[in-house]
Amino acid sequence: MNVLSDNFAMFREGFIGTVELTALSALLALVLGTLVAGFRVSPVPALRVFGTAWVTLLRNTPLVLLFLAVTLGLPALGLKGWDSFWLAVLALGCYTSAFICEAVRSGINAVPVGQAEAARSIGMTFRQTLTQIVLPQASRTAIPPVGSLLIALAKNTAIASGFNVVELGSVQKTLNAAAGYDIYVIFLWIALCYIIITFTISGLFRLLENRLAVAR
Amino acid sequence: MSDHLQPPGIPPHQAGGSRPGTDALVVLDKVNKHFGALHVLQDIDLTIARGEVVVVIGPSGSGKSTLCRTINRLETTDSGSITIDGRPLPQEGKELARLRADVGMVFQSFNLFAHKTVLENVTLGQVKVRKKGREEAESTARTLLDRVGVGAQADKYPAQLSGGQQQRVAIARALAMEPKLMLFDEPTSALDPEMINEVLEVMQQLARDGMTMVVVTHEMGFARSAANRVVFMADGRIVEEAQPEQFFSDPRSDRAKDFLSKILHH
Ligand SMILES: Nc1ncnc2c1ncn2[C@@H]1O[C@H](COP(=O)(O)OP(=O)(O)OP(=O)(O)O)[C@@H](O)[C@H]1O
Ligand SMILES: [Mg+2]
Repeated sequence: MNVLSDNFAMFREGFIGTVELTALSALLALVLGTLVAGFRVSPVPALRVFGTAWVTLLRNTPLVLLFLAVTLGLPALGLKGWDSFWLAVLALGCYTSAFICEAVRSGINAVPVGQAEAARSIGMTFRQTLTQIVLPQASRTAIPPVGSLLIALAKNTAIASGFNVVELGSVQKTLNAAAGYDIYVIFLWIALCYIIITFTISGLFRLLENRLAVAR
Repeated sequence: MSDHLQPPGIPPHQAGGSRPGTDALVVLDKVNKHFGALHVLQDIDLTIARGEVVVVIGPSGSGKSTLCRTINRLETTDSGSITIDGRPLPQEGKELARLRADVGMVFQSFNLFAHKTVLENVTLGQVKVRKKGREEAESTARTLLDRVGVGAQADKYPAQLSGGQQQRVAIARALAMEPKLMLFDEPTSALDPEMINEVLEVMQQLARDGMTMVVVTHEMGFARSAANRVVFMADGRIVEEAQPEQFFSDPRSDRAKDFLSKILHH
């Protein structure tokens, strides 16, 4: 008996679960991370303080603790009706956003200050300067580390299996518990699924990097 | 280069004239600034009339760049007041951005937007700040690029241009905002000698067209032919102000004599 063909539907569901979890958390992390990076370089002190606090808090909290805080804490605080999938997206997205923020910020710092000064000198506001001039140039430096962070995120999604989310990690646990399969073979198939996802991410980022390299 | 450099629609303040008007466009009153313990600007009083061309000259580290940058508040000041066209410089925010759009700035290192083409460099501010339509902005940009002599480079990226070409694009980018005043911080000192003149010519034309200009430069030829006034700075103070001819042939202060003897003997 073959563990993959016997349980193909379950594998497929787990694979799709991991892909969805990764994609949605990545989207949230990219949006939040870029926004908070903007806060950290903003002329408004309150935003800078918020940005620093966000990064310090989320970057230094173990992901499992963050999952606990989100899946147990938020409902206890009155956030009802969110299923465990969306809570997992929230936890993974916020966690990863702290790292994305720092990658984006290092990209921002790599852009010569004269670029922002020139933008300000023609009357562009802080937001225009950031979105039109600084971030597009920062992306060249930020994209490789952001790629690595999203690969780490894809693997971190496995933690969600401990919080009632169907993804590859939960498939592995279910099959390990079912009698009769060689756990090494299960492990191999699961690993292969992760490799497909992570290779796709690095491929996408290599493509992005090459496109940005020619565009000037 | 007989055509004037003013953006279309804005008549020169003083068509063809070299005599500045008498009304003040920029007034600095007792401006002070520190960088830590260093007192870079000390009680600077300076009034620039509409249409006037002021050349700022002085030894390295005397505060010329800082003075230039405080006028559009790229540097903050510690005390004193700066008014432009009768209005005090606003603090940070939208107000300040609006004022900066009226004050063009040309940097020593050009600072063209590296990820945008030459044409985009000159249209961006018109579209995002002046809220002009794309077509109108592009036609203004092309007119200005032709006037500074780089019309053929419109679709290139800054890195593909020579320094002199980049600096002329930077001037066009500033002019596209239809500024009341142009600040130049050593616009030719990062250029190879053969490119200096092409930039100076553009600036000279601009001066003839009546643009109000503050120019930090050591190009005495430019100061002699285009400036109404030379302001000599040393150690954060304005030491001497004079007509160019008088300043270069017969400076009053010892500080200026010393400085001129050094740069003239090269
Ligand atoms: N951001 C800064 N932080 C600290 N010190 C600064 C800063 N910018 C300038 N300074 C110092 O202030 C002094 C005046 O600088 P400024 O650039 O205005 O001189 P300058 O007259 O333009 O000189 P140069 O001819 O070399 O361009 C210098 O001693 C410089 O080291
Ligand atoms: Mg300087």
